[in-house]
Amino acid sequence: MYRYDEFDAAFVASRVEQFRDQVARRLSGELTEEQFRPHRLMNGLYLQLHAYMLRVAVPYGTLNSRQLRKLADIARKYDRGYGHFTTRQNLQYNWPKLSETPDILAELASVEMHAIQTSGNCIRNVTADHFAGVAADEIADPRPYCEILRQWSSQHPEFSFLPRKFKIAVNGGPHDRAAIQAHDIGLQMARNERGELGFVVYVGGGLGRTPFVAKKIRDFLPERDLLRYVDAILRVYNLDGRRDNKYKARIKILVHEKGTEAFRAAVEAEFSANAQSALDLQEGDIARMGAFFAQPLLEPRAEKSARIARRRQRDGKFDAYVGANVTPHKVPGYAVMTVSLKAIGEVPGDASADQMDAVADLAEDYSHDELRVSHEQNLILPHVALDDLPAVYDRLASVGLATPNAGQISDIIACPGLDYCALATARSIPVAQRIAERFGDGARARDIGPLKIKISGCINACGHHHVGHIGILGLERAGEETYQITLGGSGDENASIGQITGPGFSSERVVEAIDTVVETYRALRSDVSEPFLQTFRRVGMAPFKEALYERSAGSDI
Amino acid sequence: MQEVITANRLADGLVVFLAADGGWTEDFHKGAVFADPQAKAHALSVAASAADANVVVEPYPIELELRAGHLAPKALRERIRASGPTVRVDLGKQTEGFAPTLAQRG
Repeated sequence: MYRYDEFDAAFVASRVEQFRDQVARRLSGELTEEQFRPHRLMNGLYLQLHAYMLRVAVPYGTLNSRQLRKLADIARKYDRGYGHFTTRQNLQYNWPKLSETPDILAELASVEMHAIQTSGNCIRNVTADHFAGVAADEIADPRPYCEILRQWSSQHPEFSFLPRKFKIAVNGGPHDRAAIQAHDIGLQMARNERGELGFVVYVGGGLGRTPFVAKKIRDFLPERDLLRYVDAILRVYNLDGRRDNKYKARIKILVHEKGTEAFRAAVEAEFSANAQSALDLQEGDIARMGAFFAQPLLEPRAEKSARIARRRQRDGKFDAYVGANVTPHKVPGYAVMTVSLKAIGEVPGDASADQMDAVADLAEDYSHDELRVSHEQNLILPHVALDDLPAVYDRLASVGLATPNAGQISDIIACPGLDYCALATARSIPVAQRIAERFGDGARARDIGPLKIKISGCINACGHHHVGHIGILGLERAGEETYQITLGGSGDENASIGQITGPGFSSERVVEAIDTVVETYRALRSDVSEPFLQTFRRVGMAPFKEALYERSAGSDI
Repeated sequence: MQEVITANRLADGLVVFLAADGGWTEDFHKGAVFADPQAKAHALSVAASAADANVVVEPYPIELELRAGHLAPKALRERIRASGPTVRVDLGKQTEGFAPTLAQRG
């Protein structure tokens, strides 16, 4: 993984000291809250419902065990013993003191981490496919390009005061695991007919109050042109994006209002005008960056493990775990393990400091010291030898992290909602917990098959509900929480925005409504192998609507 | 209409309520309740001074209502602020006896 050079270390250290000074001036009254707010936001510090919240970047979701242990240490020393992994591969602490935040940032800097640009109207943490560098079907590892983008965008003078926040995601395989079409810029690794590496470029995706699937504006962008092209997109947005209305300031609105073709033409004109610029990536630059992300030396091993086969035969839970949470690695004899942070009844994405330490130990012992964070709020052990799977599983089980539900109905994305967030209009987490308890991680969940439920506690859609196969949006109506359901959304390569079923459901009724949707699907699927999304796309909304509002007692709102 | 004035404390961000002595308390029960518009206006000016003096951030009034015979914030958001996360009853004011009494919890 990437290691800071002298410049990076000095830059991050200087930012810590700069913020220490800003905090001191705020506490002494030299800075007003209004003056201080933009500074704290540029360092990832929010003021939420109960306390401050610090959002720490996990660049493109890659961590080593030392870094995860540091996150655990900080949780114990400065917070309440846990952290929350987010839908943008970040980690949030919910209770830091303002006065101690500079010390937290200094501790992060000691392990090459920071919270820079995790908030504010700038280019945010660049996210990536969580199986980057290991997936058997990978076209190329997206992380070298993410790191190039991170360096280019950090404190970029031209792009530090954009009309609104700006999110970039890069996906390495043919299946989109990074929800790139829900991002301001989505980059899909691709090869052209000559076998050269580059990107398919999407722009103007986004969720929030006005959801859009991104538009493709380039079928193939050679890798050397990455920065110059992204720069051109940002320049067009920075000049033409609306600054008069916060709700119309994202690039998705510009692309929509300008039209995809006109937007593409403007970007291509800007791109051509800067030909032969210093932004052209040289082969040496890419190779040098690629070397940081070289796959660890994985000794050749047998493609199949008799040890796994024996354990699967005698241990149903382990068998279920392997079925759901283990993905083929590009190197035979190894596997990618998804560590679900969705234990039934627990808070999606939360991990205790002890759990973080346990996973860090496992990464060190069994996964070449590497970890990933997924945008689906889980952790990944990317390089586990097949023969080691039972031992890793047993250790995960001992700390409550062996839930066999990756990709299933109880692997729910949920934003913090009204339990923590100052913007939320309803709670998300309790709904996720009750749905997970209803369906569990056993035979019923396996029978339902792949099904992504995503829950947001307000219209800002941090829980990605628009692209959930089943999406749930929590709103407040007449002082009560109410939940709107959407169906048919998807954040993969065939992205779509979910359709609203109709009137919302009360907190008491929403789980039953989800059950009705699921049972309707089970009755309609062509056979057990047809997943929910495919059935929905085949049969449409009508039978679900009928089941929700006519056959049952209907909505109570 | 009965109200208390709330804010977040600058140094640690914790939720506080304006007390009768003009200080700030973490305990909802010790927050001063204002029913009279004049008293409320005065309390808000005291709170604004505390914000100017960098003690608290963004003070504002919250509406109260009777719940099972006890005053509690009317809005769910404010009941959660005054109590702690409903999904982590081991955290926040609810662990210290500072939460509103008999507030409806989900």
